[in-house]
Amino acid sequence: MRVAINSEVMRPAGIIATRSLTKVYPGKPGVTALADLTLDVEPGVIGLVGANGAGKSTMIKILLGLLGPTSGTVQVLGLDPMTSGDEVRSRVGYMPEHDCLPPDMIAAEFVTHMGRMSGLPRTIARERASEALRHVGLYEERYRQIGGYSTGMKQRVKLAQALVHDPDLLLLDEPTNGLDPAGREAMLALIHRIGDEFGISVVVCSHLLGEVERICDSLVALDAGRLLRADRIESMTTGLDVLAIEVGEGTDDLAKALGDLGLGVRREGRAVLVSLSDEDTYDVVLRTVAELDLPLHRLDQRRHRVAELFATKEAVNAG
Amino acid sequence: MPAESVIHDIGYQRYTGPRLGRAYATRSLFVHGLRAAFGLGRSAKAKIFPWTVAGLIGVIALIFAVAAAQGEEVSYQDLPQVASVLILVFLAVVAPELVSRDLRNKTLPLYFSRPIHRRDYALAKLASLTCAVWLILAGPLTLIFAAGAFGGGDVWTDVRGLLSGYAVAAFYAVIFSALALLIASIASRRAIAAGAIAAVFLVTLPVVGVLMEVGEGTVEQLAPLGSPVMLPEGIRTWVFHTGELEIGGFGPLYGAVGVLLPLACALLLLLRYRKVSL
Repeated sequence: MRVAINSEVMRPAGIIATRSLTKVYPGKPGVTALADLTLDVEPGVIGLVGANGAGKSTMIKILLGLLGPTSGTVQVLGLDPMTSGDEVRSRVGYMPEHDCLPPDMIAAEFVTHMGRMSGLPRTIARERASEALRHVGLYEERYRQIGGYSTGMKQRVKLAQALVHDPDLLLLDEPTNGLDPAGREAMLALIHRIGDEFGISVVVCSHLLGEVERICDSLVALDAGRLLRADRIESMTTGLDVLAIEVGEGTDDLAKALGDLGLGVRREGRAVLVSLSDEDTYDVVLRTVAELDLPLHRLDQRRHRVAELFATKEAVNAG
Repeated sequence: MPAESVIHDIGYQRYTGPRLGRAYATRSLFVHGLRAAFGLGRSAKAKIFPWTVAGLIGVIALIFAVAAAQGEEVSYQDLPQVASVLILVFLAVVAPELVSRDLRNKTLPLYFSRPIHRRDYALAKLASLTCAVWLILAGPLTLIFAAGAFGGGDVWTDVRGLLSGYAVAAFYAVIFSALALLIASIASRRAIAAGAIAAVFLVTLPVVGVLMEVGEGTVEQLAPLGSPVMLPEGIRTWVFHTGELEIGGFGPLYGAVGVLLPLACALLLLLRYRKVSL
C-alpha cells in the first residue's frame, strides 16, 4: 500500500511577499496597474479578488517574472522572479484565463509536451501527464483530441498542464470562466482538493468574491491596483450567522422578549437580528413570536458574507 | 494473487526528480517541431501534405537514379532546384503549422510561463523548420546515392557528389526556412500565412526571369539576387562553379546575401517574439 506523501514535504513558509510593489504601464499618462502593494501571503489557497482591471493579471505576470515592476520588490517562493525567473517558472504552474489549447492535439500528448517544457524528462513527463489528467478527472478521455472537448473539459486540461510538473505554487486566472453552475462547483472542488490534499499553494484570481471565498484560506482584494484588504478568511468571517426577523407590529416587545431569553439581539431598521448560535434558536424565535401573537412578516438566515466585510472596510477607509 | 483485488487511490505523488531546465526544454521544443513538421504525433490528416511532398521528391530522386543508371550526366546538386516548387508547398504548410498555430491558439503564454525564453522558442522553431526542409531534400539525395551504389562506378565521385548535394540542400533550407518562418510568425491564420509565403517567394520570380532573359552583363548577373527562389542557385554557382546561372564575378555578393538574408530574418523573428503580447 502506498501513501500520499504530500504532508511530509516541506513547503516554503512564505509563498508571495511584496514590498511597495508598483507597476505603471508606460504612456501618456501612464496607467497605474498596481500601486504601493505590500503583501505577505502564507501557503494555502489564496483568493485574489477584484473587478476587471483591478490589477490581477498584472500581478500574475509580475509573479511569473514576465513583467518587471516599476518600483518595489516581489518575492515568489523566496526568489526574485526578475533575477531568478527560470527557477521561479520551473516551480510555478500557470493557468491563463483565455483559451490556450491546440484543438488538433491529443490531450495526453499536449500535457506531456508541456511537462517537458517545464523540464521533466521524457518518460516522467508522460507518466505525470497521465496522472495530472487523472487528477482533473479526464483519465478515460485523455487520448481524445482537445478540439472535441467541452468547455469544462478544456478548463481541466488547462489545469492539468499547470499541474503536470508538480509546482509549489499554482496561479489560476479565472478558472471558472465560461463554466455552467455544475462545472463551476466541480472546478472549485478540484482547486480546494489541490490546496488541501496535494499540498500545493494556489492563487485563484476571480472577479466573483462569493465563489472563491468558500474554498480559500485567505483573501487578497485589489481595487484599481490598490490593496483593499488581505487577511486570513477566518478573521474576516468571525461573526456567526444571524437570523433576521421582521414582524408587522410589536418589534420592541419581540426584541425585549428575545433579549430576556439570553439571545444576542440587535436592531437593524425594522428587523430584529439574533445570532444563530444553535439549532434551537429557530424554534425559540418562532415560539416567542407565537406567544406574543405578533404577525410574522419575514424570517431568514443571513450569512456573514466576506463581501459585506469588504464593503464595511471600504466605507471605513472612505470615511 | 488474492481473491479480491482492491483499487488503491494512491493520491497525489510529489515529484522530487530532476528538473532539466531551459536548454533541455529548448531541445525538446526543437524535436517536437521537427516531428510536427512531418505530422508525427498528429492526426493522419496532418501527415498528408508533408509525406506527399516527401514522396514526390522521392519520385524525382528515383528518376535521377534511373537516368544515372542509363549513363546520363546527373548532378546531386540539381535536385533542390528541380524540387524547389515542392519545397515551397512544404514551407507553406509546415511554417504556419509550427508558429501560426501557437499564435492562433494563444498557446504562447503556456510556453513563456515556463523556463523557456522567447528567443529560445523562436530559435527552436527556426531550427526545426530548417532541419525539416534539409531532411526532405537530404533523404531523396541519399536515395539517389544508394541506387547508384549498386550500379558500380566510382564510389568516391558519388560520395563527393552526395556531400555537395547535401550542402546545396543546406543553402536552400537555411534561406527558405528563415524567410518562411518570419512570414508565418506575423500571420496567425494559417491560410493567410501560407498565401503570404507563396506570394513573397514567387512574386519577384517573373521579373527576375525576364531580366535574366533580356538583360545583359551586370543586369543578367545580378537579377537572381532579386528572388529568394534563385538565390540558393546563385550561391551554388559561386561555391561549386556548377549550374546554369550567369553570375559573373558577383559570387561573393551572392555569398554575402546568402548569409545576411537569413540572419536578418532570424533577427526580425527574435524581435517579433520579443514584442508578441501574451
